[in-house]
Amino acid sequence: MKFLARVEVGHQPGILDPQGVTVQRALPALGYENVSEVKIGKSIRLVIEATSESDAREQIEKMCEHLLTNPVIETYEISLVELTGDAAENSAGE
Amino acid sequence: MARRVAVVVFPGTNCELDVARAISSLGAHTESVFHLEDSLGSAEAVIIPGGFAHGDYLRTGALAQFSPIMESVSAFAAAGGPVLGICNGFQILTETGLLPGALQKNAGLKFLCASVGLSVASNRSVLTRTTTVGDQLQIPINHFEGNYICDRETLAQMKANDQIVLRYTDNPNGSLDDIAGVSNEAGNVVGLMPHPERASAEILGSVDGLVLLESFLAPL
Repeated sequence: MKFLARVEVGHQPGILDPQGVTVQRALPALGYENVSEVKIGKSIRLVIEATSESDAREQIEKMCEHLLTNPVIETYEISLVELTGDAAENSAGE
Repeated sequence: MARRVAVVVFPGTNCELDVARAISSLGAHTESVFHLEDSLGSAEAVIIPGGFAHGDYLRTGALAQFSPIMESVSAFAAAGGPVLGICNGFQILTETGLLPGALQKNAGLKFLCASVGLSVASNRSVLTRTTTVGDQLQIPINHFEGNYICDRETLAQMKANDQIVLRYTDNPNGSLDDIAGVSNEAGNVVGLMPHPERASAEILGSVDGLVLLESFLAPL
């Protein structure tokens, strides 16, 4: 089975997010005075072959713990979509 | 004294020559070891200098842990050999798991390049064993991600084990507990954000870095 995985990497509470802060400060210049809590993280996309969705998730969790994120300062959220038919053939996803 | 010092060089490392010069001025011999090598040879001490290893891609220091040489560095550290990480080298040692905590972006969100005051907080580490707790040093910093952080439990453990090696006298970057440098539990692996090699000659404005490097080279 093939899965398209998306790993959303955010900041642990209390960790600085200078990009988020700066963008939030800039939005009022466009007239958006109603925006708060802007956070900018990372999105990592990958295609993985696994025997099941839980197998894929387990493997990606390990990748997150060991490389994709630093658990001391970052959080992550994994979402998976199974690729079938043509999508699985060319792994283009979406 | 450690006579042979390995200086590990990753793609993007840029302080290796300054480190080699400072170490040589103390009478030791340095050898550059490229990250693709898998042996430290007969080195008696290892330094991971500053720079931008692997372009700082993903996170500062994150990719260096997978360079072949790091397996030897970890084994050398586990055997009690002296290992020093300076600036990006410190970030690499935390990402590799040889030192606790992490370095996040500076509070104030500015790249900092300045001479800062440091106070020796522990002389149990290889970097400070010839110093006295409370000794004051003036050494430059040069970083964007130097804001030390760890969870409360880790901080308590480090305090109990005397692993906080150096503190800033006037915290420039928001580091937790003013931490400028830490060691592992055994004290043979040390990381610090300031650059001792940039305070190693009168013409540079300070020779305080030599105090730390001399300690690092002193016999175990």
